Amino acid sequence: MTTIVTDNCKNCRFTDCVSVCPVACFHYDDEMLYIDPEVCIDCSACIPECPVEAIYEDDDIPEDKEHWIEVNAEKAAKLPVIEEKTEPLPGAEERKAELGF
Amino acid sequence: MTKLGTDDNPLLIAIVGSGPSGFYAAEALIKSDVKANVDIIERLPSPYGLVRSGVAPDHQKLKQAINLYKTIAGAPDFNLIANVTVGKDISVEELCKTHHAVIFTCGAETDRKLDIPGEDLRGSHTATEFVGWYNGHPDYRELEFDLSQDVAVIIGQGNVAADVSRILSKTVDELKHTDIAQHALDVLAESKLKEIHVIGRRGPAQAKFTPKELREFGKLSDCNPIILEQDLVLNNESKKELEEKGNIINKKIYGLFSDFSKYELDSNKSKKCFFRFLLGPKEIIGNTNIEKLVLEKNVLSGEPFKQSAKGTNETIEIDVGILFRSIGYRGIPITGVPFHKNWGTIPNEKGRVTENDGAVVNQLYTAGWIKRGPSGIIGTNRACSSETIQCLLSDLEKLDTGTKKHGASEIYSKLDNKNIRHVNFDEWSQIDTKEIEIGEPKGKPREKYTYIEEMLSVIK
Repeated sequence: MTTIVTDNCKNCRFTDCVSVCPVACFHYDDEMLYIDPEVCIDCSACIPECPVEAIYEDDDIPEDKEHWIEVNAEKAAKLPVIEEKTEPLPGAEERKAELGF
Repeated sequence: MTKLGTDDNPLLIAIVGSGPSGFYAAEALIKSDVKANVDIIERLPSPYGLVRSGVAPDHQKLKQAINLYKTIAGAPDFNLIANVTVGKDISVEELCKTHHAVIFTCGAETDRKLDIPGEDLRGSHTATEFVGWYNGHPDYRELEFDLSQDVAVIIGQGNVAADVSRILSKTVDELKHTDIAQHALDVLAESKLKEIHVIGRRGPAQAKFTPKELREFGKLSDCNPIILEQDLVLNNESKKELEEKGNIINKKIYGLFSDFSKYELDSNKSKKCFFRFLLGPKEIIGNTNIEKLVLEKNVLSGEPFKQSAKGTNETIEIDVGILFRSIGYRGIPITGVPFHKNWGTIPNEKGRVTENDGAVVNQLYTAGWIKRGPSGIIGTNRACSSETIQCLLSDLEKLDTGTKKHGASEIYSKLDNKNIRHVNFDEWSQIDTKEIEIGEPKGKPREKYTYIEEMLSVIK
């Protein structure tokens, strides 16, 4: 079991998820966030926080997004941790509207 | 004196309660720009609150939140002062003298009552008692639960109700390699339960389970999850709720209920767990033991997301041998701290404690369930504690009285004068190590000590 950030986060990075993560398992790059499966405790607190519904449990992830399981593990291992909510990326609101939220 | 919050004059904070909200408050203080010394005071010899004694034993991964708390406890400016009860061993007034501020993160320790006739008959329990008992909490060690019954009823459809029903639905094989208390496992091994009914006041679109927890009912080795198709019929308002973007959790829950309703009954499984909706408890009938539960059929009324359950006067009865109520939790008042009687919380403004009329009380803060009521999961408390600490840090000027305070060292001398055996983090770690050691040959992550004297006897 693990929890995964998928492509809806790309160019949004709202980071609402980060402030409810009990174990600081989110990592970030310039585009989006990733969850470290080694640290995540599968509490699912982050899932309803995401304004663009980018986060899934692996039990529940759509087939076309399954490759994100590996991407999260790989990226999180290399990237810095994010522990506090930050400003969304510029253009996040437009991107959110584009995604239909 | 130098400015408060600097190396020469650190901010001294006492936190009451060592559950998640207490540790997240400590974390926010330790990571802040201000130099702070944090002393967490805990009633039991063991820390971690509901992560140790609330989170179900078959959810070991959730308990890994403790790894982060261990890191926080390792900070040089952190003390655990355990086995000490605030309000009994040391007063809030005393803490206000030894520390610049006191943060109450002591949770919601008691259950809301159903307020119906028969509630106190034998066989009627609170979920808190059962959860504390199977998790080895010393307060609930001596309780007895009679599982030689056919039918158990759980009133409530939140995460605790899900935990209680799942533990009752599982076999010993499904539980024996968890950190469930041995005394509980022994009683569960003799369980004769055939039916478990999980009853909600509102409908399947309003149940407060998490999808992950509900999904587990579809994977039980000896129990069929059952939902009648007719119970899945929604009114227009509930349909609107599920169509609303952003309501993904309830949508998933409803989808899982629909899946369960289509399952073929596996006759090899000996138990059935029924999820039932739109039923409000009216009366528990019995002589000394509970025998029947009278439920009133409800309808929903109101706007989407604001629907409440209204009784129809039509009632049904079910035979029941053991009942657990899980309809919400309340905090317990602490001497010297304002308390909101109806809500069972400490009145506050973003974590600053206030009187019931809204006037801010200097030096007192709160976070977690005792601040906002019993909602949310472990991580919700991180955001909650962080809000409180932001307020506290912006009050520094007000908290600086110019007089020297002595923090933990003064608490220790007060406790020693009263001969109170306090437990620090290193001493707790000895208990922790021993529990893991005892669990190992049984294939359990740990075997918990369930008596305080036993815990204390381990400390060298």
